[in-house]
Amino acid sequence: MKKIDVEQKEIQALYGRLDKEAEASGYHLNPDEEFAKDLVRSLLINEKRYGYWACPCRLASGVKDDDLDIICPCDYRDADLTEHGSCYCALYVSQDVLEGKKAVGSIPERRPSAEERQKREGGAPSVAVSSLSLPVWRCRVCGYLCARDGPPEICPVCKAKKERFERFL
Amino acid sequence: MKATHVKGKDRGHIFLFALSTCGWCRKTKRLLQNLGVAYEYIDVDLLKGKEKTEAEKEMRRWSPRTSFPTLVINDEKSVVGFDEARIREAIGI
Ligand code: SF4
Repeated sequence: MKKIDVEQKEIQALYGRLDKEAEASGYHLNPDEEFAKDLVRSLLINEKRYGYWACPCRLASGVKDDDLDIICPCDYRDADLTEHGSCYCALYVSQDVLEGKKAVGSIPERRPSAEERQKREGGAPSVAVSSLSLPVWRCRVCGYLCARDGPPEICPVCKAKKERFERFL
Repeated sequence: MKATHVKGKDRGHIFLFALSTCGWCRKTKRLLQNLGVAYEYIDVDLLKGKEKTEAEKEMRRWSPRTSFPTLVINDEKSVVGFDEARIREAIGI
């Protein structure tokens, strides 16, 4: 696979956008700017390589459907922020890390193995929902819920795209 | 698998499974470089087809979920993740 180049101004632009979006919804980028920008560069490389922001620290399959859970921000970010103070790549960090109360480091992988992921598929909601006038959709990334005919184009909280929503109720 | 060799002091066979895009992998390469040890690495995300599958299979022996970085020393022990203390200990520096 040939090397992909990304221009400095592309990195700067995306870094600025992600930083703004993160702060607006209570998330934070890693204050180690060089480290964070290297990861932003990797997201841009992966966008050119796969067509989507595959997580820089995980091996993408290149098949979007199989990689949906690791498109940045991944399904595991919020749980890792709570438990470890950073996401797996440490692009996003918690308030404690931002304030220097906690250090970041390499953390264990939360994503289940391919076999486990397959087993989890197709778990339809089991609660009786006939009384609801509308279905409820859940953002797999941040947990945002909304009751409407279909999921929104993008999550108003974490900006994840429509395909990251699941039917919750 | 064609790995990239990095010259340095011989501290046994040090092999790194990495991703070209991952921050912790970059830190691991930098640490090995600073320690001045000879090592080999492959960026698994830059491999294709059969080569990629083979690298993943080999990696699973050391890191069942193929987490990066995975460092293998003398084909007998491994360190998964960027953990400076454990890497130093495993290499014996
Ligand atoms: S949020 Fe998830 S996908 Fe994005 S950089 Fe962090 S670990 Fe990777």
